[in-house]
Amino acid sequence: MNVWLDTLLVLLILTNLHMLGSSRITACIRTVACQAVLLAAISLLAQPDGIGLRLLLLAAVTTTIKAGILPWLLQRAVREVGVQTEVEPIVGFTTSLLLGLGLLGAALHVAGRLPLPNDAGTSFLVAVALFTMMVGLLLIVSRRKAVMQTLGYLAMENGIYAFGLAFAIEEPLLVEMGVLLDVFVAVFVMGIAIHHISREFDHIDTDRLAALKD
Amino acid sequence: MTMLASIVHVMCALLLAPALPGVITRVKAWFAGRRGPPLLQAYYDLWKLLHKGAVYSKTTTWVFVAGPIVGLACAMTALLIVPMGGTAGVLSFSGDFLLLAYLLGLMRFFTILAALDTGSSFEGMGASREAFYSALAEPALLLGLVAMTAQSHSLSISGMVAAVTPVAIASPAGPALLLVAAALLIVFLAENARIPVDDPNTHLELTMIHEVMVLDHSGPDFAMIQYAATLKLWVLGALLVGILVPVRSGWWGVDLGAGIGGMVALAAVVGVIESTIARLRLVRVPQFLVAASVLSILALVLVMR
Repeated sequence: MNVWLDTLLVLLILTNLHMLGSSRITACIRTVACQAVLLAAISLLAQPDGIGLRLLLLAAVTTTIKAGILPWLLQRAVREVGVQTEVEPIVGFTTSLLLGLGLLGAALHVAGRLPLPNDAGTSFLVAVALFTMMVGLLLIVSRRKAVMQTLGYLAMENGIYAFGLAFAIEEPLLVEMGVLLDVFVAVFVMGIAIHHISREFDHIDTDRLAALKD
Repeated sequence: MTMLASIVHVMCALLLAPALPGVITRVKAWFAGRRGPPLLQAYYDLWKLLHKGAVYSKTTTWVFVAGPIVGLACAMTALLIVPMGGTAGVLSFSGDFLLLAYLLGLMRFFTILAALDTGSSFEGMGASREAFYSALAEPALLLGLVAMTAQSHSLSISGMVAAVTPVAIASPAGPALLLVAAALLIVFLAENARIPVDDPNTHLELTMIHEVMVLDHSGPDFAMIQYAATLKLWVLGALLVGILVPVRSGWWGVDLGAGIGGMVALAAVVGVIESTIARLRLVRVPQFLVAASVLSILALVLVMR
């Protein structure tokens, strides 16, 4: 079981690196969906005391929302706004990848030193969770397209979810629901925002927003 | 007995290496709906080239003649180091992975020198690209081997590869080994001038890398270059097969047979890759190679944690 958990975590790291290196928005959206599926699998495997109905339900709901509905909304936004499918990074792909490696090192270092409570999962799970959050942040600051920034936000949320998994799952059901709702609303709002931006200016480069002020 | 197995492996490699490009071409032909050249075409080509005379330009010096010879010598020495699955290399010693990397480097260096020696601008361009891309591929190879060292606590390639057993792949180090294999596959494609890095079929000077460097060689020199290229294919392929085909039965005949079967399968996989993937734009190649290094480093981090 431990091997499978490790394999899934490595796959999660790879999805993060893929998002940093990929130049296609649609590929990135699919990657975020993959992350959600991986997280659901991890949440089932990371439990020491068996899989309960509640856990299954939670995994099913999160997978439906994060791997089904949100990517669909984003794909639709990309299609309807007619966004060009290139990512347009501020930081280049190769540099992003290397930065990602640096972040992974930092995450492993920090996770190794964090005083974790006894019932926490493996420190590797915590490290990967931190890494996913950092990659999300990196995507938000280093990509021009609003869609990519939304994806960065989603990746960050995936990281927070994974971080929650490292601790006992029983309590934070409400927290999870709250986080999901947050994200849902955020994506909803951003979708509308993207739509409006496209109507007004014919593009969704957030760089140009700064030019609005006189 | 193990020594006998190692020697048999080297013999098999020397004999069978030119068949690998044949397998690749056949798979590509099958994908394209053609019959393709016979499997032994590379042998016919070598035979034909060996019976031709060589033409040397007046601008070339001894470096141009030395290029193919040094290249073939390096490839053959590398073949002595590399193991095939559980079968150790003939010359295996502690730290030989560095020698392997630098033998490949020396081979490349002399090919580049010979290309520059012709004074042709095309060949200079190819040499520059080869130097650039292999400089990016080398960290991936070395870091991948270092990750395997960390996993197996052995400094010789034979020890590293022999430590890749089904048990090791099912252990927590398994994902790291698969990452190393992925990185080595990219290095394998890049170093052997295969799609998506270079197209071995193209004769358009602007896009080709390796082929352009050997345009001026002819006759026996060209035969040596082609034979050295197939040996290099075998050397790097054997590393990859050593990880991906972990047959460690204890009978050397079975292990060696599985390894050689793995080589043929690898050639078929390369054929599939070449038929289904387009060559990358030149500006995207460095990113592809850096991705290989990233995979290697990730594997190293996973093993070391």
